[in-house]
Amino acid sequence: MTNTTTAAALDTVPRLLARNAKTYAEKAAYREKEYGIWQSWTWGQTFEEIQSLALGLLTLGVKPGDHIAIVGRNRPYFYWAMVAAQSVGAVPVPLYRDAVAEEMAYVLDHCSARFVVAEDQEQVDKMIDVMDDLETLEGIIFLDPSGMRKYDKSALSSYRELQQIGRDRKSELQGELDKRLAAQGSDTTCVMLYTSGTTGRPKGVVLSNRNIIETAKNSCEFDSLVADDSVLAYLPMAWVGDFIFSIGQAYWSGFCVGCPESQETMQKDLNEVGPTYFFAPPRYFEGLLTSVQIRMEDAGPFKRWLFKIFMDHAKVVGPKLLDVKPVGLMDRLKYNLGAILITGPLKNTLGLSRVRVGYTAGEAIGPELFDFYRSLGINLKQLYGQTEASVFITQQKDGEVRADTVGTPSPGVELRIADNGEVFYRSAGAFDHYYKNPKSTKETKDKEGWVATGDAGFIESDSGHLRIIDRAKDVGKLKDGSMFAPKFVENKLKFYANILETVVFGNGKDTCVAFINIDLTAVGNWAERNNIAYSSYQELAGHPEVYSMIQSNVQAVNASVAQDEMLSGCQITRFLILHKELDADDGELTRTQKVRRNIIAEKYDDLLGALYDGSDSIFTKTEVTYEDGRKGAITATLEIRDAQTYDRKKVAA
Amino acid sequence: MNAVDTYITADGRTIGAPLMEMKNITLRFGGVTAIQDISFDIREGEVRAIIGPNGAGKSSMLNVINGFYHPQEGEVWFRGKKRLAMKPHQIAKQGIARTFQNIALFKGMSTLDNIMTGRLTHMKSGLFSQMAWWGGAQTEEVANRAIVEKVIDFLEIQAIRKTPVGRLPYGFQKRVELGRALAAEPKLLLLDEPMAGMNVEEKEDMSRFILDVNDEFGTTIALIEHDMGVVMDIADRVVVMDYGKKIGDGTPDEVRNNQDVIDAYLGVAHD
Repeated sequence: MTNTTTAAALDTVPRLLARNAKTYAEKAAYREKEYGIWQSWTWGQTFEEIQSLALGLLTLGVKPGDHIAIVGRNRPYFYWAMVAAQSVGAVPVPLYRDAVAEEMAYVLDHCSARFVVAEDQEQVDKMIDVMDDLETLEGIIFLDPSGMRKYDKSALSSYRELQQIGRDRKSELQGELDKRLAAQGSDTTCVMLYTSGTTGRPKGVVLSNRNIIETAKNSCEFDSLVADDSVLAYLPMAWVGDFIFSIGQAYWSGFCVGCPESQETMQKDLNEVGPTYFFAPPRYFEGLLTSVQIRMEDAGPFKRWLFKIFMDHAKVVGPKLLDVKPVGLMDRLKYNLGAILITGPLKNTLGLSRVRVGYTAGEAIGPELFDFYRSLGINLKQLYGQTEASVFITQQKDGEVRADTVGTPSPGVELRIADNGEVFYRSAGAFDHYYKNPKSTKETKDKEGWVATGDAGFIESDSGHLRIIDRAKDVGKLKDGSMFAPKFVENKLKFYANILETVVFGNGKDTCVAFINIDLTAVGNWAERNNIAYSSYQELAGHPEVYSMIQSNVQAVNASVAQDEMLSGCQITRFLILHKELDADDGELTRTQKVRRNIIAEKYDDLLGALYDGSDSIFTKTEVTYEDGRKGAITATLEIRDAQTYDRKKVAA
Repeated sequence: MNAVDTYITADGRTIGAPLMEMKNITLRFGGVTAIQDISFDIREGEVRAIIGPNGAGKSSMLNVINGFYHPQEGEVWFRGKKRLAMKPHQIAKQGIARTFQNIALFKGMSTLDNIMTGRLTHMKSGLFSQMAWWGGAQTEEVANRAIVEKVIDFLEIQAIRKTPVGRLPYGFQKRVELGRALAAEPKLLLLDEPMAGMNVEEKEDMSRFILDVNDEFGTTIALIEHDMGVVMDIADRVVVMDYGKKIGDGTPDEVRNNQDVIDAYLGVAHD
């Protein structure tokens, strides 16, 4: 493998790093805001940092094939740790940093991790808690020493000290490191990522260097991402998207990865970095729009008037301009004036001024929400992907962007729809196998390389775009035999700013019912303006006026669902507003904020029963888990409301 | 007590010689005796708590320690020297910083500027140099800003760096106040009811910061606090006051089992 052509030599992430250290030696590779100042590292410095850490890992006795878990927020140091692990032949396994100790213990045990690179005291404490039960875990490498002065250091080593040891012993260990680097190829495992697991235990998805690098190459070409682009890394490191964007694509094209100062400062940091390439889940865009709306409601009448005039115009003209469709001169002038007065400054405040390519994925995005950002002139597109595919399955080309589809197959991806409507794909990015789980691997990936997505969808015959209906296993039938697709209804509900999350039930029943979570920011602001006092989420959620408002939303959704031929049976007959927000700490959501339907149905069995037995209210007691893992219970009496449903003819008339 | 003896705390830290000694302090306001013949010491590196019911004289004691009140009788020894009557800013220069029971921040200024004021005692450049923003003043500002940023990082308040303090919630204001005291890089940090009015979560955060300050910078801490749970958890030694007199002194366990204390404060008053 050592003396092949240059193209073939770029087949592992460490080799891409070596190339970047030469080609882009003086160009910024990482930026991080710390102590109020943006610190930056060039590719040359990055190479040195990663190499020192890799040498340090050698002194700890890391062997090829070992698993090294990484748990921290998006900081350059942890991206370096991943590449350093790869350099010595080990497999990096990033974890969700907000996971509780037991969740981490499961993953650490499953992958037999020997070492963990942990951010700070909080993470180290979790590791120490579970270390005794984990036979294979030998050591913890920590970055921030605060608060750990008194800790027993026998199993702990400092990240920076380890790098120093690596530097000091470079001459002696460099040979071994070079040997290990040379032994790697495109089939070597690049990373192992645990799926969030909407059902059951998380599965470890093994992705090879070929998966990652082919995907990075194709997707960089697709959107012509180059070394001058930049991203802000703020989504969990354990999520495949972050790995592709902040390592795969960044190393392939040599662009700069910015890291926020802290989770809370992300919005400000985004504004300061002004990335050209940006990814966010619909939830993020929704939250942003809600905050814009709230601030506009609080603004003076003149500003509101200006906002309305220019936003209304931008909504008509903006998307056309993005799609390079003909627009009249006057309309252009007015749009540009709006860009100076309203949309430009707004885009800047949102930190999206320079965004050239923006993506959203993970959930359906509301058409109004989508159009809002496109009308500002932000090239927001949708993609469809999953961990097993190294993200990309389908994506939208520039000029072919729509709210209701997820685009055409990404370069190098073949798509097939099975008879039952399930979407299958085959691609260079398709994962190798699930770690220690041949059964699941076999169920998901067949001998010819086709991978089942678990999603039901269809390809539009005229445009070739893929449309996703729902998770295949969630699609069911109502008692009368009509189709039941909960997500379809949930997404329509969630397009209302007042509704944060909702779960619709109805499989095998006569009618559909829903649990609803209100959006505390949006409804809270509404309550303030209407002089409704409340002291907690629970109190606001139970307020009769809030119920009435949500009821009107539900009925509006029913009216819209009624128009769909296949799914008109999915109208919601009864609903309740939950007394607590669904939370990943309680196992109700995955760490990527997706609802775990079955677990919720089991946990709130009593509520579900009440929705179907016709009662007006129900008393319930729910166990909650606090952030630090302690448990408590909350009790509430919940009101249940009926919602009006429609039949198709009435609406059409 | 004057001998240079050390002791080791329950969690294994070695506590050094007395940093500050109060010898037979008596403080009167006209006819009212606020503090009556109290002696105790605060040792290098320890977390020392002063507790007592309302009106016991705790805040007066703190004001004696930081030189705001001058006791009519008794001596204050600091770093092995007897302290003469001084102005508060002179005391601050000696390395004593404090926070207040009722937050005393500049409400219209940002978090950053408020914490920066904590650096004042360390600034040497003259008025004109500062106005001209030239030479020494510039380098000095940069150096001080670096220290302030370390404090901001330490207290995890990056997100409110530029926010006017008046707009912050109470818990954050308390944290900013602690930040300002820390920015002075004190030898001895006095905290007057740092947890007052906080919810459980905020108290836990604050406790962690206090312990981390002690651990990280080796700062000696003297605090007044009402919340018994907090005091017993974080203090190494506790002085108990009642009606201006000292009725107990020792480790949290000793104090908890002291009959006088139980009668005067923990038991009778609260059950």
